[in-house]
Amino acid sequence: MSTTTDTPRSDGSAPAGTALEVRDLRVARTADGAEVLHGVSFAVAPGTILALVGESGSGKTTAGLAGLGHFRRGLRHTGGTVLVSEDGHAVDILELTEPERRRLRGGSISYVPQDPALSLNPAMRIGAQILEVLHVHGYGGSEQERRDRVAQVMQDVGMPHDEAALRKFPHQLSGGQQQRIGIAMAFACRPAVMVLDEPTTGLDVSTQALVLETVSELAARHDVAGVYITHDLAVVAQVAQQVAVMKSGELVEQGDCAQVLYRPRHPYTRKLLSAVPDLEGRRSIGDVDAITGDLPAVDAPLDAGGETGTADAPPQPDGAAEAPRPVSPSADAAAGGDLRGESRTVPGEVPATGQAHAGTVSTGNGAIPAGAGSADGPAGPGVTEGPDGTAGGGNASAPEAVLDARDLRLAYGAHQVLDGISLSLRPGESMMLLGESGSGKTTLARCLSGLIGSYEGEVRLDGRVLAPATRQRSVEERRRIQYVFQSPFSSLNPRRTVAESIEVPLRMNYSSTPAQRRQWVLDALDQVKLGREFADRRPGELSGGERQRVAIARALVNAPSVLICDEVTSALDVSVQASIVDLLRTLQIETGMAMLFVTHNIALARHISQRLAVLQRGKIVDMDDTAVVLEQPKHGYTRELIANVPSL
Amino acid sequence: MIARMIVKRLLISVVILLLVSLLVFFATLLLPGDPARAILGQQATPERLAALREQMGLNDPVWLRYLSWLGGLFIGDFGTSAATGGPVSELLGDRIGASLVLMVLAAVIAVPAGILVGTYSALRRGRGGDHTASGVTLVLAALPEFVIGIVLITLFSTTVFTLLPSVTMAPPGEQVWNYPSQLVLPVVTLALVVAPYIVRMMRATMIEVLDSGYVEMARLKGVPERQVILRHALPHALAPVAQVIAIQLAWLAGGIVVIEFLFRYPGMGQALVDAVANRDVQVVQAISMLIAALYVVVNLLADIVGILTNPKLRTEA
Repeated sequence: MSTTTDTPRSDGSAPAGTALEVRDLRVARTADGAEVLHGVSFAVAPGTILALVGESGSGKTTAGLAGLGHFRRGLRHTGGTVLVSEDGHAVDILELTEPERRRLRGGSISYVPQDPALSLNPAMRIGAQILEVLHVHGYGGSEQERRDRVAQVMQDVGMPHDEAALRKFPHQLSGGQQQRIGIAMAFACRPAVMVLDEPTTGLDVSTQALVLETVSELAARHDVAGVYITHDLAVVAQVAQQVAVMKSGELVEQGDCAQVLYRPRHPYTRKLLSAVPDLEGRRSIGDVDAITGDLPAVDAPLDAGGETGTADAPPQPDGAAEAPRPVSPSADAAAGGDLRGESRTVPGEVPATGQAHAGTVSTGNGAIPAGAGSADGPAGPGVTEGPDGTAGGGNASAPEAVLDARDLRLAYGAHQVLDGISLSLRPGESMMLLGESGSGKTTLARCLSGLIGSYEGEVRLDGRVLAPATRQRSVEERRRIQYVFQSPFSSLNPRRTVAESIEVPLRMNYSSTPAQRRQWVLDALDQVKLGREFADRRPGELSGGERQRVAIARALVNAPSVLICDEVTSALDVSVQASIVDLLRTLQIETGMAMLFVTHNIALARHISQRLAVLQRGKIVDMDDTAVVLEQPKHGYTRELIANVPSL
Repeated sequence: MIARMIVKRLLISVVILLLVSLLVFFATLLLPGDPARAILGQQATPERLAALREQMGLNDPVWLRYLSWLGGLFIGDFGTSAATGGPVSELLGDRIGASLVLMVLAAVIAVPAGILVGTYSALRRGRGGDHTASGVTLVLAALPEFVIGIVLITLFSTTVFTLLPSVTMAPPGEQVWNYPSQLVLPVVTLALVVAPYIVRMMRATMIEVLDSGYVEMARLKGVPERQVILRHALPHALAPVAQVIAIQLAWLAGGIVVIEFLFRYPGMGQALVDAVANRDVQVVQAISMLIAALYVVVNLLADIVGILTNPKLRTEA
């Protein structure tokens, strides 16, 4: 492998021990002829894994699929060669006819898709799907031999291989199991190369650890070469020996894993690395610059505010002060008014208290409780005292928690989704709610916000019990709890402009004028660092990170006291995730709202939350200050989660 | 779970049929004219009219008449035809058979043709064949069925080519299928009316399925294209189309009225047109109920097919 690492592009002949070699590959769009891959070259040796790293749109999947001689609709091959080793001979797959190419696909070079839920045929039993690939390539001499092979690969990927397991349909398996079926299918014909396209994106850490282990083991034990496409550098460190970093269709850096990850030469690699959240909180992921052009200047305005304590400068919603926004005749008015008061006073105050905690809040640019391990312990409660105290007067009824849930229960049939959950959020506090898929974390978030109204138990806002469903809650109560959804691709109405989407919650307040609302919308856009020019665009024109900012602006525009973020970064690239986390933390400090950050990514803990609650099968098994949970986890499950986090 | 869903669909179907029977019965009550006078003619004496009304139960309260009519339906007694004086079931027996021949032939041609053309269109997306198929089906879908029928008659049985008969003229007592050439035009007309919707739906779902992850995965597994289409794409594309096919088949039951009238075809539709003209209330009720029942049954079948072909419903998760 070392022969092909450093200067892959120049030398002509393929080294003998190469399973896949891509030389000067160029791909262009058919529509306008624009090139999307500008001469990419890499090579993989048998038994090793090359990680192809880059963000969405960098062309890494296009490069990976070209390895199989496949170009998605709208793309065509314009130059370069792809040499695949077939029984020891290198064959240029792009020169072959379609039937010859099919012989290689799934046989000598196979593909593991990103989303197994979409890529397994939902109407075919999994055994039949694995068997099909063996059939097509004429593996083995008899049906029995092929069936034995199916059982064997199932075993190889750590799945049961009895008849009952093989007769299951994909929907009867969990996400991790589906992905292992995808790997089994790719591995069935003993290929020379496997192309794995983000196979663990969307899986939780324990499952991800299992899948990564399976992949490494298969590669090492059976001398299979792997091309592992990902945007997550922490995963790369776990699985790959070689790394190639892609940006906008070009390889910017390539080399041994140790060299690229620990002594990166290209600035882009360094930026990607700095965006990876780590459990220890040593890196401040808030430092990320706009890498993809996704964000116009994340940290510039923050610097000013965070350090000096005059945070009002750019993102302060002036509208809030001039015109009392949601006018409510009820008793809530006091609370609401005082909330708006918070959003003005807190920025001034919180950094002050924050600094007292040795940089937990206002460390460096990001205003993320990033480093300074020393002060982490007291930080959580300390910060929450700040806004509580400064909020002053009006909060007599709620000395403690702004949001308080007691003994929440919810069952679907016999399945107990929430099993007696109690938690409380203090004003200005950020809590991470951690759980794997199926743990009930989203259900809990939806119950708190009232989107699910069929729970038992009670949710209190400032000490007053809320009606279970949003429809029965008052406008004021709804305004004070806002929700940001997981996927910004589906939570924004594609036919509405950004401004129209953000304006929707403002319409709850009937006394505002269109001009006022427009002003508030523009202020909210400033707040999320998007800029006013985004107001009249539609979601289709925006990147994932920009869309999520719009969704956050929509939640913020009504100055909520509690913001519930449901897996808001899991659909986004690592570097975009960093900027969103950075933004949320900054906003939270500026406005003094409480935040519940629902996620499956424990590595974000120190970057976002003061307290951490771990949810398992509908129960909170661990809840304490973030540092305490991470350093002295009480529950076995928490320890397991922490152990499974990939790190650089 | 499946059994429960199917039983539920069955119960809903029964309720729908009951509602339809109410509608049909009370709607026909509103038809102008008097059945007794329709049977006896304009010269009947008041006494004979009164006697016949008494005999037919026309003086009973409306709800009693409804119930006895409904009860008759269950035992196959559709009442007495005012026009012929004989039982309705006897009058309709042959005609139902003749109509079914027409419908089944049209369906057997239109459904596979629609699926084939739709799949072809999807596979040739954006090319000449696809554009042609889209254009032709759009025109056909826009034309009313009698226009298509008249165009076909003009083309094939008048001045252009005189190949096929334009009307059905089977001697009484002989079955329609003994004269296959007379069936061609009505069947082709019906097929041309029904197929475009199937083509367009098939094209749309097929395109969606061809873009799906599992079809791409099948190709990347090295599966031959033919098997990709037949095994991975087609089954998924067919499920939504089955619903459209059901609606089209049910439409055939009603659409046949116009076609049969146009071609003078001795079927149910023709009988319905005649019965309405003759104020033959019992026949109108019977045919309306039959058409409604056909609608419900075909849709029920489509639902059941949908349930059975969905592995998520077949197996407990």
